[in-house]
Amino acid sequence: MITVNHYLVVSAILFSLGTFGVLTRRNAIVIFMCIELMLNAVNLTFIALSNHLGNMDGQVFVFFVMTVAAAEAAVGLALMISFFRNRESIEVDDISLLKW
Amino acid sequence: MQVLFFYLVAFVAVASGLLVVTCKSPVNSALALVNTFFCLAIFYVMLHAPFMAAIQIMVYAGAIMVLILFVIMLLNLGVETMKKTTHTVWGIVAGSLVMMLTFFFIKRGQPANISGPITNEVVESVGHTQLIGKHIFVDFLLPFEITSILLLVAIVGAVILAKKEV
Repeated sequence: MITVNHYLVVSAILFSLGTFGVLTRRNAIVIFMCIELMLNAVNLTFIALSNHLGNMDGQVFVFFVMTVAAAEAAVGLALMISFFRNRESIEVDDISLLKW
Repeated sequence: MQVLFFYLVAFVAVASGLLVVTCKSPVNSALALVNTFFCLAIFYVMLHAPFMAAIQIMVYAGAIMVLILFVIMLLNLGVETMKKTTHTVWGIVAGSLVMMLTFFFIKRGQPANISGPITNEVVESVGHTQLIGKHIFVDFLLPFEITSILLLVAIVGAVILAKKEV
């Protein structure tokens, strides 16, 4: 029997992997993909708990999370393109314009 | 049987998640991420949410990943930026701390045993798409409309940021 805890454990592992990737990678696009991984881990939690509690609200929330992820993808990738055009690099170590 | 299938899909999901983080080339990471998305879609089907599985494949694996792959190929990054990591040890420490924290929450807290009106039988008899549509367009109408404004702002922002003279 698969309980809700199984899904929560998988989602926790995926979320920690995403955190690890965000903290260690230097390529901004890979960091971006790790953020998508973290968002998906949270989506899995939402749907598992929504199924467990017999409530539809979590799935509607996943819908909104997907919308925000799509908007974030569009704006973030446009930012990376304009940064690459100016600096010829998308490594996060080079993005230091706002560093004091 | 179902438990065995769950463990298989979970293993593939975690393994491709690991590949996303560790692959040298961004294209390989993107393909591994698509694999993870498919595994999550299988989980959604197992959780009686087929509409979310379809949306997961169409929006995430279809639209967002195509956008990311398109940008990777557009920028055509050289080999020298491929395998560069920073603060690996601290990353491992922080990642395992997050994992320990989440496992602590899962182990100590028990999900409430409330069973609401949307049981699996209701989902199968009414249809998942109809239930989701009713919830979005009746209970969550205002957030839905605000989401459309968010997407409009994102389109305008992407067009302005990707212009030549920024």
